[in-house]
Amino acid sequence: MNSFSMTYLRQLESESIAILREVASEFKNPVMLYSVGKDSSVMVRLAQKAFWPGKFPFSLMHIDTGYKFPEMYAFRDEFCKRIGATLIVERDEKHIAEGCHPLTTGVDQCCARLKTGALLTALRKHGFDAAIGGARREEEKSRAKERVFSIRDAFGQWDPKNQRPELWDIYNTRLSEGETMRVFPLSNWTEKDIWEYIRIEEIPIVPIYFAQKREVIVRGNILIPLYAGARPGASEQPGRKEKVRMIDCRFRSLGCIPCTGAIASSATTLEEIIGEVRKATKSERENRVIDLTSDSSMEQKKKEGYF
Amino acid sequence: MPTAEKSLLRFVTTGSVDDGKSTLIGRLLYETKSIYEDQYEAIEKTSRKKGLKEVELAYLLDGLAAEREQGITIDVAYRYFETPKRKFIIADSPGHVQYTKNMVTGASKADCAVILIDARNGVLTQSKRHGFLISLLQIPHLIVAVNKMDLMDYDRSVFDGIVNDYQQFSEKLDIHNIVYIPVSALKGDNVAVKSPKMPWYEGSPLLAMLESLNISADRNLVDFRFPVQHVLRPHADFRGYSGSVVSGTISPGEEVAVLPSGRTTQVKSITTYDGDLKEAFAGQAVVLALADEIDISRGDMIVRRKNLPQIASRLEAILCWMDDRPMMLEKSFVLKHTTRTVRAYIKKIVYRIDVDTLHRQPVDEFGLNDIGRVELSLSAPIFFDAYKINAATGRFILIDAETNRTVAAGMIRDTARRLEDYVSEPQAGRTAEPKSPHTVWRALNIGRAERERQNRHQAVVLWFTGFSGSGKSTIAMALERKLFDIGCKTALLDGDLLRHGLCSDLTFSAADRQENIRRAGQTAKLFFEHGLIVLCAFISPFRQDRETVRRLFPEGRFVEIYVRCDLDECRRRDPNGLYRKAENGIISGFTGIDSPYEEPVKPELIVDTQTLSLNDCIHEVEQFMLHQRLIIRPDNREGR
Repeated sequence: MNSFSMTYLRQLESESIAILREVASEFKNPVMLYSVGKDSSVMVRLAQKAFWPGKFPFSLMHIDTGYKFPEMYAFRDEFCKRIGATLIVERDEKHIAEGCHPLTTGVDQCCARLKTGALLTALRKHGFDAAIGGARREEEKSRAKERVFSIRDAFGQWDPKNQRPELWDIYNTRLSEGETMRVFPLSNWTEKDIWEYIRIEEIPIVPIYFAQKREVIVRGNILIPLYAGARPGASEQPGRKEKVRMIDCRFRSLGCIPCTGAIASSATTLEEIIGEVRKATKSERENRVIDLTSDSSMEQKKKEGYF
Repeated sequence: MPTAEKSLLRFVTTGSVDDGKSTLIGRLLYETKSIYEDQYEAIEKTSRKKGLKEVELAYLLDGLAAEREQGITIDVAYRYFETPKRKFIIADSPGHVQYTKNMVTGASKADCAVILIDARNGVLTQSKRHGFLISLLQIPHLIVAVNKMDLMDYDRSVFDGIVNDYQQFSEKLDIHNIVYIPVSALKGDNVAVKSPKMPWYEGSPLLAMLESLNISADRNLVDFRFPVQHVLRPHADFRGYSGSVVSGTISPGEEVAVLPSGRTTQVKSITTYDGDLKEAFAGQAVVLALADEIDISRGDMIVRRKNLPQIASRLEAILCWMDDRPMMLEKSFVLKHTTRTVRAYIKKIVYRIDVDTLHRQPVDEFGLNDIGRVELSLSAPIFFDAYKINAATGRFILIDAETNRTVAAGMIRDTARRLEDYVSEPQAGRTAEPKSPHTVWRALNIGRAERERQNRHQAVVLWFTGFSGSGKSTIAMALERKLFDIGCKTALLDGDLLRHGLCSDLTFSAADRQENIRRAGQTAKLFFEHGLIVLCAFISPFRQDRETVRRLFPEGRFVEIYVRCDLDECRRRDPNGLYRKAENGIISGFTGIDSPYEEPVKPELIVDTQTLSLNDCIHEVEQFMLHQRLIIRPDNREGR
């Protein structure tokens, strides 16, 4: 590789940095959505790089459902304080108080209220015209069709059949009345890229990405951790309860506790995680209950304003 | 190879309906173990629901419910896979619905295009359209995959026939590197591994080809351009300009100019989060700090003082119209070019290109998917290069100011001087000339394209113009020696040479000078058609004459090189004592003394012999030739 060549990670990095700078230059009031996960960690590092030696000129916003892992809250607060970022936490307190829960309300309904609804309300409340998110095209097939700069109408809806052509690296950032922009600087990154980047950049991540012994309920291929609220349900075999077992496991992606399963794993270092990801035969959202309801469940959610 | 050191290749795939594109992509993903079980299960479920016997791999690619319902691909989708050597991004562009819009979107960032042709159907109109768009967008590499060879008994003659047909068509295009592969995506022949069923095919399988494609030479590393994206002022001691180096390279200490103000200063530092850099190059996102405080804002451009882009508020461009609403003249659009946004009017439609026949048609408006040449008038100048020379600064988008939709992609042409563009004349690369009565142009015994393939360089005319004594012949001779030594076929023409024989009947009167240059041009053309690199050193003082010669050659094959040197310096040098003679009245009509010299307006290259050494001058020309892929690097000539 000669001196004027860049490795693919540096190419992806430069592309993302250019996107973040474009957001800061072209929008009046942008915000970065911060979900506390590994992709958010990478996105924050890219923002630090994009505006170095200054600070990145936008806040981080966490749409909190109240169902995140305790380790995530602890990490979030410590991390934001350490890097000196302004953190906005928004919650749909009304629905949380009413006890909205995937098991009782239904997965789709719960998501629609606590995540999509809360996000749209928060964007309106703060008057954000652009929201930067860490979604990647590789994650899911409707996301593979997503633009880097993606328009949402006044109701936060995505119209996948009528997207603006996106040419070269010239981004059309113009909005009509009521519209907002979602921006995805990690569009071209894969799960492997994220982990490789976390390794070479030594980016801090929530510790529960690493394997440890946990008490889990075994439900099919998914391991449900015994956190607050999770109870063994009826087993497929009539009259028997699901088993609770102590298993070495880790979280491949992080979401809400009731909807996020762990995977059996002994990976305790980044190298081991990368090795595991390279060999994985299942996609990274395998442990996410929310994508599994139908073949187009993500597209439907995205159309309604979800990330 | 350590993962972090892999390179990245972006390619676009396209083809006609039912040519097996989804199968091919599915096959690439499958062979590189990039399909996850749960993703596979999901499409299995959908396939079952649809009552299909086999799993439809296309569902893996059709990300939208509407696409799966209607069984068509609506929009470009992006796919990712990697091998131990490279990481790949596929822009999967549907071939039929709104093909121009999708193809241009998908191909805009591609290093390479893969066109699929169904072996049963041969070369269809659609395959030609895609080739034309690839040529238009200047995608440097094209792989034509002839698919479904299994249904044609892996018959070599089928493949050869299609290759022959496509070659005939592609000669009219401007694509530098085309390769053909016979494949069966369904059976996996020549996709990841070489097929035992087609031993007659000597090339690599598709995946190996994608892995080894050399794309590092495709970038412009010559012309430093830095569009300012964002001004950083974190504290009183630091003021920096963030942006991406879109072409060229830069180091601290180098002298730069800021456009549009024209102020000059030096680069103080190249700052990044990971420390200051000694040099930044095309593709890197950095922050430049400058030695002097200059008022600079977003949309300005930092360039090298001695290598300026063009600055203009009138453009000629090829426009791809992408909106349902037709293009209207005299309507104000928003034009975004690099980081600069201005207002623009389309003043004139020069022509529309019929994508099927490549003919030009006069039209009054462009509709969805139309492509053609227009003239634009801008509210403020932009800083650009011709798209062919520097894609990053030669492209723009048009936005409808009312709907805010992106309505067109634009590629800026070099200048307004020729009607020719990406397509050569119908006679495959040979430009039309008025014939003398009773003579018939006979095709060359061996055509230029064939000669070029054997020579492994392009035929081109390097036209050196400038004052007597500026150094034209010296540069041309030294460069010819260099080219000859690396195995190029060359010819050298200069004023003295011609005037001793072919033009010995001519004087230095304006009319005879014109005739002299006409003959020189025609002579160059004969050599050119024989596949040679023709170096021409002529004072050629009149713009009109040089333009006449330019028109003899296909676009990109006439390189005007202005050998610049002050008249005073030329007189001081006076290598042949001609200036002295002219001053003493022994020669009349001598350029610079009693006859004018008209400087080139937009030469491809300027070499300044007062500031550059002979070697530097030669280097500049050589770099340009490498860049334009007129020649390939000597070390690449082996085994290619």
